[in-house]
Amino acid sequence: MIIYILKRLSVALPTILILIIISFLLMHSAPGGPFTSEKPLPEQVLKNINAKYGLDQPIYNQMFNYVWGIITEFDFGPSFRYKDRTVNDIIAQGFPVTLKYGTWSFILAVLFGTSLGIIAAIRQNTFLDYLAVGFSISAQVLPNFVMAPILVLIFTLYLGWLPGGGWEGGQIQFVIMPVIALSTSYLASIARLTRSSMLEVLNSNFIRTAKAKGLPQYKIVFYHALKPTLLPVISYLGPAFVGMITGSVVIDMYFSTGGIGVLFVNGALNRDYSTIMGITILVGCLTITFNLLVDILYAWIDPKIRY
Amino acid sequence: MIINKKNIEDLSKNFSESGGIKGRSLWYDARTRFLKNKAAVTSLIILSIILLFAFLGPLFAQWSNEEIDWTILGDISTLGMPSFNTGHFFGTDELGRDLYSRVIQGTKISLMVGVVGALIAVFVGTLYGAIAGYFGGRIDTIMMRIVDILMSIPYMFVLILLLVIFGRSIFMLFVGIGLISWLDMSRIVRGQTLSIKKKEFIEAAVATGVGNFTIILRHIIPNLLGVVAVYATLLVPGMILTESFISFLGLGIQEPNTSWGALISEGAKTMRYGTLWQLLFPLFFFVVSLFSLFFIGDGLRDALDPKDR
Repeated sequence: MIIYILKRLSVALPTILILIIISFLLMHSAPGGPFTSEKPLPEQVLKNINAKYGLDQPIYNQMFNYVWGIITEFDFGPSFRYKDRTVNDIIAQGFPVTLKYGTWSFILAVLFGTSLGIIAAIRQNTFLDYLAVGFSISAQVLPNFVMAPILVLIFTLYLGWLPGGGWEGGQIQFVIMPVIALSTSYLASIARLTRSSMLEVLNSNFIRTAKAKGLPQYKIVFYHALKPTLLPVISYLGPAFVGMITGSVVIDMYFSTGGIGVLFVNGALNRDYSTIMGITILVGCLTITFNLLVDILYAWIDPKIRY
Repeated sequence: MIINKKNIEDLSKNFSESGGIKGRSLWYDARTRFLKNKAAVTSLIILSIILLFAFLGPLFAQWSNEEIDWTILGDISTLGMPSFNTGHFFGTDELGRDLYSRVIQGTKISLMVGVVGALIAVFVGTLYGAIAGYFGGRIDTIMMRIVDILMSIPYMFVLILLLVIFGRSIFMLFVGIGLISWLDMSRIVRGQTLSIKKKEFIEAAVATGVGNFTIILRHIIPNLLGVVAVYATLLVPGMILTESFISFLGLGIQEPNTSWGALISEGAKTMRYGTLWQLLFPLFFFVVSLFSLFFIGDGLRDALDPKDR
């Protein structure tokens, strides 16, 4: 097991490094520096600015400094757009917001998705099953950027129950719609996966044995069938996590929640390269770490995987 | 023993009249299975109607997609409503442009992005996967490790990074989408190649001295086409979703071009002012087309992929 974890780590760490290097090179291959503007700066001023941000050094030096700063101090450097703030400040401001509604969405999707899938499977071909299947098929074409306007249309414009945007420190009425919009399509996918996986497990021989010895249904489902059912669901958690982090960009834009997504898009529109890079790298590291955890969890649950 | 004599006679008569039994090819079987799938066939019809709408729709349009109807400007929420009298069948957008023409334009572009993205995935992914799978060994390990690494990168962020740095254009959008779309395909193709390359006909080709790349192009790839076709169809909605996502953020398609994502985004921004049709028309086309594409993909998979039967 430890060897397996080490092996996965030996892949994850270079991946993070490659991500940093690629985004750094991309940033530097952009035409024009971060301080080129329509009205050109006096040469001496430009020189001073470049010297201040270390842009006059050779590129490998800059890259080394950048990577070193991230590794040793988790320092993403200064923002090129907001003179008085570092990228760390910007991320520290937006990340807690994203983390809050992201975590809730993830919990909601996993918890309700698996429950819905299990209920649909043990009540196969009943009304409940059709309802669950119908829901999960329709939610496939309702990604977050479609859900968000529909939710606002219903709950803000027509019913007037919930505010159409804002965050206000994360009070419950501001969190509900972002969480639903973000989690719906993943909830549906997880429900579909769980249902088909549970049906397969329920038809296998060891479940028949369990039934034959007279176990009540809840025991069969929870003690015997649940673990093998969840294996494909666990391997879907990685992509779901990536999808939700990506989706947070839409949520932040649409609901003005002020998470990292809106900072990212504003950075993109303002060509604030260091902020975009910082967020890209942060998200990349999160994703890779999460995938690593999922892999380890998978290997721990499934005894058939041994490397 | 009960033998229905009449049936047997009928049968023999049928045989002699039809002049031998027709062979049933794999594709014939697949087509029959596909046609039996009601959801898939209905979806195919609906998608054809949408395609017809995209290409024949302009014939009925009273306004082009770039003309601004100055007479209604300033009072869009009442005068810009969908109506036959003004010639704006779907109403107008916030700038007084005809939404009917805009939706047609967006439909064309979205579908094009989907198809082109899937085609890139087919070309790159098939070749990449087939090469990795056929050569095996260290080449395979390295090539698939690269795919693993690329897959674990949050591509949407990198895609936006690309669009920001190299400018927002349809071309860059295609490059960016093409960069990530082939990854899944290459994995699937590699898996299939691994099983195909152990077959006798490959061995025969090797024994007669056919070159490696000729074997891949002439013998392996043609045998992969069924699987590739299925996943390519399933990729189309995925590509459309990706493009719509980016356009929704305002980072994708730029004016005067538009796509479903961009139209939904505009509609979502203005729905507070009582111009609901600006959201609902693009949304309708988006949802219905994606539904159809998913069902067609599923139907094709059931028809062509022997595993799930």
